Amino acid sequence: MLAFTLRRAIQAIGVMIAVGVIAFSMFRFAGDPVNQIVSLDTPAAEREAVRKSLGLDDPVPVQFARYFGNAVQFKFGVSYQFRQPVSNLLMERMPATLELAACATVLAMVFGILMGVYSALRRDTILTKFFQAVSLIGISLPTFLIGILLIYLFSVTLGWLPSFGRGDVVRIGWWTTGLLTLSGLKALIMPSITLGLFQMTLIMRLVRAEMLEVLRTDYIRFARARGLTTRAIHFGHALKNTLVPVITVAGLQFGSVIAFAIITETVFQWPGMGLLFVQAVQNVDIPIMAAYLLMVSLIFVTINLVVDILYTIVDPRLRSTISRPA
Amino acid sequence: MTVPVLSVRNLEVEFLTRRSTLRAINGVSFDIAKGEVLGVVGESGAGKSVTGLAVIGLIDPPGRIASGEIYLSGTRIDHLPPEEIRRIRGKRIGMIFQDPLTSLNPLYRIGDQIVETIRTHMNLSETAARKRAIDLLAEVGIPAPEKRIDAYPHEFSGGMRQRVVIALAICAEPELIIADEPTTALDVSVQAQIISLIKRLGRDHGTAVMLVTHDMGVIAETSDRVAVMYSGRIAEIGPVQDVVQNPLHPYAKGLMGAIPTLAGEDKRLVQIPGSMPRLSAIPPGCSFNPRCAFAFDRCRVDRPEPLKHGSHAVACHLFDTAPGEAAKETAA
Repeated sequence: MLAFTLRRAIQAIGVMIAVGVIAFSMFRFAGDPVNQIVSLDTPAAEREAVRKSLGLDDPVPVQFARYFGNAVQFKFGVSYQFRQPVSNLLMERMPATLELAACATVLAMVFGILMGVYSALRRDTILTKFFQAVSLIGISLPTFLIGILLIYLFSVTLGWLPSFGRGDVVRIGWWTTGLLTLSGLKALIMPSITLGLFQMTLIMRLVRAEMLEVLRTDYIRFARARGLTTRAIHFGHALKNTLVPVITVAGLQFGSVIAFAIITETVFQWPGMGLLFVQAVQNVDIPIMAAYLLMVSLIFVTINLVVDILYTIVDPRLRSTISRPA
Repeated sequence: MTVPVLSVRNLEVEFLTRRSTLRAINGVSFDIAKGEVLGVVGESGAGKSVTGLAVIGLIDPPGRIASGEIYLSGTRIDHLPPEEIRRIRGKRIGMIFQDPLTSLNPLYRIGDQIVETIRTHMNLSETAARKRAIDLLAEVGIPAPEKRIDAYPHEFSGGMRQRVVIALAICAEPELIIADEPTTALDVSVQAQIISLIKRLGRDHGTAVMLVTHDMGVIAETSDRVAVMYSGRIAEIGPVQDVVQNPLHPYAKGLMGAIPTLAGEDKRLVQIPGSMPRLSAIPPGCSFNPRCAFAFDRCRVDRPEPLKHGSHAVACHLFDTAPGEAAKETAA
């Protein structure tokens, strides 16, 4: 088990180095960074001075080693547009994105699993058909359109919910949270739904398909032959077996939720990392883009690792195949 | 005479399909007494397993019990509401399925599965149920049960898993065990152990056993009586020795003729020509008539009912004493 975790951790580090190379190469291929910093009429000598002070005249491998060494310590350089350390900017924006992503994922998991289980157990009811229709909408409508429709309905027409921003936030250490104020919670509703809808429909369809599959298995038939109650069979035996693939998908989707928060954050002007990234792209602010790339991949890699470990907790068969070297 | 543990009367099971209604079981009747083992044999699709599932109330839509009655120790159980038949399943009727590798939930320890079943049917505390589970595992021959109880199904071999399945089937002291091909998925050396285990448990607890299989060897070894099924009907039923050594129904004859003997006479094994009719195309009259060497006109029109003939009951016009010529024909 420990060897397995270690092996996976080493693989994860390999992935991060590869991403580091890509992030670093953005600096080389997206134009001369000096041009972004200095103004048009800066003399050549001064440009060289800037280049030297930033270490941009060193050989490429040296620059990469320096960049990666700094990145490991969460130093990503200085933003061209804000003239502030990128790590400060990211730290400041991260709570907003993480809160939004967590809220969207919880929403997606809870409703996705409930709807999935219901529609698998009661296949021909009107409610099931309604869930199916909702899931079709969730899968096929683009995120930004859902966001705009929600804003039109609840902010413009009904005036119940704010159309942009995070509302009032409370600062706890370096973390800012919108979960403790009424306006913060109200502001969280629509972005969470917008961001979570796709994941919810995905989880619902997955749970439904898996549940139908599991209900056909021999051990469910044997559980019925043992006279267990319907509730024990559906929610004890069937649901637990259904959750193995759901954990994978939901876990991996959490990464995409953070990555795709860009669109939702733009629609709702949510002050998170995604919005920062979009602004950085508009201004060719490469340090931010590179740092964002590294952050998102770090989150993905971490989640992958956690999912792999969670797997072995849920499914005992994996535990023994892992501890026994193949 | 005492009331039989299981009594099935004119059972008919139908499957509704888009095009037509298929009759999988067509008028089956039999009894199983306390402590008796009834073997049910037949080709695939003869309705052996469906009969077992009908008894335990696990025929799922689109299938349904169309008519007939099923009595468990004198109480009718075929028309009970789902919740009541659920209470009977596992408590008064235990079931063993064919494949032990897939019968157990892979994510739960076997002990948890046994304790769960015990506590569903018996008013026992967690500790008492666990103790009972260990005793049961010991009884079905799992070595070191107090340790193995916390193992997961994948940590057992096929034969050991079938023992666990049997422990689950008997955990609430059922009156009847339905074993649906309990040895088919196991290798031969393990088969014998499982068969003798089922036989011993039946004897020790006075449990009636309905043993569904297509293996005549298993039947001959285990059963007290045997029912030969053919396309949803019982062709012949009687004490196992009589049916095996002196089968009457032409189909039963064919089946017994197809068993290789160890005596090693150099005879070709008899083969029954053709195959069983599909449910959608059962011929009129006796469903075996197209394959039967002795078929005569009446067999193509009239459906034979099981009639008493010595210790057997046989559904064949050859043994219907009314048309005397038919009886003579077999004697010749």
